[in-house]
Amino acid sequence: MDVLLDNLDLFGPFFLTTIELFLIAGACSLVLGTILAMLRVSPVPMLRAIGTTYVTVLRNTPLTLVFAFLVFAYPLLDIVKIDYFPTAAVALTIYTSAFICEVVRSGINTVPIGQAEAGRALGLSSGQILGGIVLPQALRSVVPPLVSMLIALLKNTTIASGFSVAEAGAIRQYVSERGDNQMIALLWVALGFIILVSVLSLVQRSLEKRWSVAR
Amino acid sequence: MSTVLFDTPGPKARMRHRIYAVLGILVVAALIAFVIYRFIDSGQFSGRKWEWLQYSQVQSDLATAVLATVKAFALGAVLAIVFGAVFAAGRLSDHAWVRGFCTFIVEFFRAIPLLILMFLFYYGLPTLGVDTSPLFAVVLGLTLYNGSVLAEVFRAGIQSLPKGQSEAAYALGMRKTQVMFTVLLPQALRAMLPTIISQLVVLLKDTALGFLVTYPELLYYARYIGSQGDFGRPIVPSTIVAAAIYIAMCLLLTALATYLERRNRRSKKHIDTGAKDAADLTAAATGGLRGGPF
Repeated sequence: MDVLLDNLDLFGPFFLTTIELFLIAGACSLVLGTILAMLRVSPVPMLRAIGTTYVTVLRNTPLTLVFAFLVFAYPLLDIVKIDYFPTAAVALTIYTSAFICEVVRSGINTVPIGQAEAGRALGLSSGQILGGIVLPQALRSVVPPLVSMLIALLKNTTIASGFSVAEAGAIRQYVSERGDNQMIALLWVALGFIILVSVLSLVQRSLEKRWSVAR
Repeated sequence: MSTVLFDTPGPKARMRHRIYAVLGILVVAALIAFVIYRFIDSGQFSGRKWEWLQYSQVQSDLATAVLATVKAFALGAVLAIVFGAVFAAGRLSDHAWVRGFCTFIVEFFRAIPLLILMFLFYYGLPTLGVDTSPLFAVVLGLTLYNGSVLAEVFRAGIQSLPKGQSEAAYALGMRKTQVMFTVLLPQALRAMLPTIISQLVVLLKDTALGFLVTYPELLYYARYIGSQGDFGRPIVPSTIVAAAIYIAMCLLLTALATYLERRNRRSKKHIDTGAKDAADLTAAATGGLRGGPF
């Protein structure tokens, strides 16, 4: 208990950074993932190939490597200087969106054919069908796996601590510099994550109840 | 399938699609060209930055680093599968206390970030007077986390088997343990093989976390080579090489999963579990409480 109370000034802001990182990366990867999913079901073979290549490459690359590339290698290219926190958000977004894309795509496949057919009978274009009819239903039906991905994203934010972002994963280092017990600090961090994950699970359940599609 | 989203394109739509395709290619090509231009401009493609690959010492060190990654992966994979099988059986036990204990362990390790687990075993244990090594921390972390995910996968696989399987085994007079380990688990393993292997891909990728607890694996070596002044600090080339090796290893594993899935479908021994494909079961297994499959 002492380790937590003595270092509250660490735990508070560091966990806040974690949550901030999670919210930013989560929102961005939801958007990017949905766009990628739209590319992957588009009628244009070239766009489909672009989406597929992106997803295949990113799903088979370790997130740590994405981080390493952006943090160590990217600055050497002299394009735009980015700070550590935005870099971490970009790395998490690039990586997570590939997984979100697959979830959304599987959701699109669960929407009954009749929905798209009805849209076509009304004379809607394929873009209108996708954006106005299929995607809203697809997103609602994939809430559970989508939240699972977001939970994984939340846990993955800890990797940012290895790349100079002062967030929950880095608490250990600071606590040990102050001469406190690392083991206990790490257990508190673990508990913090269990709480955050439980909150997300609760959100998932209530969304599932409210948004589940009656079929 | 997604083809229902659009009609077979007519002449006008085909024209439009061609324009979209050209636009898509242009955007992507422009992005790639810009990145390559920056690479060339900052001298990343100069021969000097790449000549480290030609040294036989570097090559053998690189091979050692890849072996270290494979070693952590192999140990973690075997132990995680054993851990998963045991805890899946435990979660389906008839004894409430065994069930409760196994559920607690599985949920606990799935809710904690893998990196925090590795930190616990690498930085935490020494404060209790226990000796650890980076390899130990990496393998133990990989085992506990992926083993817990696999336990859920196995459980979903066992539960998806037709009830007649266990009933027939009981009718033959088998004990509970016999039914579980000789009848249910082997079949569940076979049905879930593609899912298990895609979880192993995750495990392989997660070995890169060893970089953060100073385990000398592939990424660690790439970083080391990248900081060598003698070679002109080739961090960009070395990261690209490491990425290529990781992607190749993961794609090989994925190809194995696809191959096994196809062979499974052909085999007569395969029991149709009713699910459309393994992905559905994965969603059932991991879509629940904690964390997706990565």
